[in-house]
Amino acid sequence: MSKMINLYPVRKFRFPIIAECISPDIFQDKTCKEIEKLEIWEGNKQRRLEELFKVEESRKDQETIITVYGDVSKVRRIGAYMTRGEITINGDVGMHLGEEMEGGKITVHGNAGGWAGSTMKNGTIEIHGNASHYLGAPYRGSTRGMRGGNIIVYGNVGNEAGAYMRKGLIKIYGNAGQFTGLRMHNGTIYVQKDSEGRVGACMTGGKIVVDGFLHSVLPTFTIESVKKKTKIEENNIAKGPFYLFLGDLTENGKGKLYVLKKKNPQLSNYEKFL
Amino acid sequence: MELLVKNGFVYDPINDVNGEKMDIAIRDGKIVEKVNENSARIIDASGMVVMPGGVDIHCHIAGSEVNTGRLLRPEDHFRDFERKTSKTRSGVGRSIPSTFTTGYRYARMGYTTIMNPSMPPLEAKHTHEELNDTPMLDKATYPLLGDWWFVLEYLKAGKIEECARYVAWMMTTTKGYAIKIVNPGGLEAWGSGRNVSSIDDQVPYFGITPREILRGLCKVNKLLNLPHTIHVHTNNLGKPGNYLTALDTMKCVEDLASEDKPVIHITHCQFSAFKGSDWRTLRSGAEEIAKYVNNHSHVTLDMGQVIFTDTTTMTADGPFQYTLYQLTGNKWVNHDVETETSSGIVPFRYRRKSYVHAIQWSIGLELALLIKDPWKIFMTTDHPNAGPFTFYPRIIAWLMSRKAREATLKKINPRARSRSLLPSIDRELGFYEIAVVTRAGQAKALGLRNKGHLGVGADADVAIYDVNPETTDLSKKYKTLRRAFKSAAYTIKHGKIVAKNGEILKHVEGATMWLDVQVSDPVEITEEMKKRFREYWTVEYENYPVTENYLEVSHPITIKADV
Repeated sequence: MSKMINLYPVRKFRFPIIAECISPDIFQDKTCKEIEKLEIWEGNKQRRLEELFKVEESRKDQETIITVYGDVSKVRRIGAYMTRGEITINGDVGMHLGEEMEGGKITVHGNAGGWAGSTMKNGTIEIHGNASHYLGAPYRGSTRGMRGGNIIVYGNVGNEAGAYMRKGLIKIYGNAGQFTGLRMHNGTIYVQKDSEGRVGACMTGGKIVVDGFLHSVLPTFTIESVKKKTKIEENNIAKGPFYLFLGDLTENGKGKLYVLKKKNPQLSNYEKFL
Repeated sequence: MELLVKNGFVYDPINDVNGEKMDIAIRDGKIVEKVNENSARIIDASGMVVMPGGVDIHCHIAGSEVNTGRLLRPEDHFRDFERKTSKTRSGVGRSIPSTFTTGYRYARMGYTTIMNPSMPPLEAKHTHEELNDTPMLDKATYPLLGDWWFVLEYLKAGKIEECARYVAWMMTTTKGYAIKIVNPGGLEAWGSGRNVSSIDDQVPYFGITPREILRGLCKVNKLLNLPHTIHVHTNNLGKPGNYLTALDTMKCVEDLASEDKPVIHITHCQFSAFKGSDWRTLRSGAEEIAKYVNNHSHVTLDMGQVIFTDTTTMTADGPFQYTLYQLTGNKWVNHDVETETSSGIVPFRYRRKSYVHAIQWSIGLELALLIKDPWKIFMTTDHPNAGPFTFYPRIIAWLMSRKAREATLKKINPRARSRSLLPSIDRELGFYEIAVVTRAGQAKALGLRNKGHLGVGADADVAIYDVNPETTDLSKKYKTLRRAFKSAAYTIKHGKIVAKNGEILKHVEGATMWLDVQVSDPVEITEEMKKRFREYWTVEYENYPVTENYLEVSHPITIKADV
């Protein structure tokens, strides 16, 4: 039984809330009453979903669609482990959005906290505001990066986006922080605007495209050639020309780093090595 | 309080009880002849297996390296956590659980006594602080003495008795229980970036060989009448072809044995039983080691059984850990502990489909099954080096059921499968033998008189498992076995029921056992010695000893030495 569920926060949250239960997979076969009784942690207190959210069932639908209205920037792990359905959040959202998700779609009309799409395997996350640090990156210490799926951010992102990435695509239409694609193995990261640097540190494979300003490339990257264009995904080609760097040599890496030639005249001295 | 465990099938190998239906009476934390049936609390154990509480001879659960492992691996914690309850404290960790969780998880499996090997004497205070915080268990720890400069100096000068006096001093000062030797000589060599490759290589500067260290400390052990033997982690650990080193190590103390008593314990023997010249040609050396052990009575072993999972390796063997880091490229820690030892930590994943790991898995079980006398081989995973201790039920199932072994064999690397000896081994251990390899044998090897058995006067540490040996076909129903050993129906610690069906009922503190070695002429702390402390160590002598009030529950064992 599929349906459309709306959630409204009943008050402004003060403490972190762990809300793994807000996921289409869990809402799927439950009535509105059962959803209200789902367990949720607020700080160190266990609560029912109804104590924190007003639950409203609007209409039957093909798929389970969850819509959250309001600021949920204290609420973590929304959509964790989801495999299907859709979540839309009209407001800011907290950390660990869509952690380990395997399918479905999450749309955020606001900003997202750290670790959005952490270790995800498939599905899509669209963030219309900014995303914080560790976008699509694993938890600290872990090396299990993103294994598939798409993350699209229309705003800026923080540091270490796509760390340890193994597959999938991250598209950032704003600026990126430092260490984008840290230790990535495969997959693609596209940054439309400027990057703060140290891009692709310790990467062993994969592709990073910087379509804006990048102050300097790490010294462990070597220039390979100048490319006219590069493919981001099916039907999406970034027009260059780009400098193509290979690295990171400290890890014997074969990662590809494309940097737009037009916006980066400070890199032109690399051309003499071609 | 009085307790009566009624009608269980009792397996108590030290007292030769093999599955007889018996009642076990408990009063004031001890096993007694009988109690008043009307006033005692009765536990109905009919259709269940009753064993002494489990004893683990080798598991790294406390100390600076364990704690550094915790710090190194946040990813090991965040998926496996336990919330606090009204009885227990919260905790995290899978391969390196926090101290409280370690205690609870052992208690759930029916374990009541554990031994923490490899404590650098310099870190003794830290180790005891963590042991104090490990509830539910009686515990002890082994100081690392094989590469201590004092030992090396006196052995070089041939002064065995002098060495024994200093070892006795160290044992009491650090509140230790046995002499642990890790890669003798190799750790000292590692200080200058080298290693030793056989037991006859020279240790730089000191000019003595691992053979002399092993023999010297074995003699010291005998002179001091320590309850356990020397506890040895061999040279060349984790290198193909090292089964010869393991055999050499056992042979080198052969003549020091008397009256069939063991004089050496080779720990996590699986890592020392590799045959072949490199990783591609790696084979199992278990057959040769088992043959030697079957023909000699001066040696005991423990398995160090590999579990296919993600874990954290941590040993005092710095050079070995460096090799492991080079193999994996994983994050790592390496450390030189001043005049005493070294250490290293590398996270590691054992994979079924890896040829080497599958062979390692096979070696552990081959050792346990090919060595005929269960009193010579004990079940461990060298927690957390070859796998977390929480996987013990799985090993018990492999040992007791050929079918369980075959089920895993089907899933491992095919080349490893074709080279494994396991398909040719039909032996299946019964509950009696399991009781030996998991508790009685270990208690006997450790010289714990009141542990590992259920005779009158023993400590009332009892584990009751809900599996009926009469009606269950053990070799087929290995999953039932696993379930039963995973959460004991009852765990009784010191006469109190502490866990029931995997739930902790009571938080109790365990005692820390240590040796108070009485020598006729104890080491005097002279100005000379204090000067050496100032020269050799970063701590002053005054800050070094662990005083008895440092231990929360102190249980000294007085030993009269021959020097």
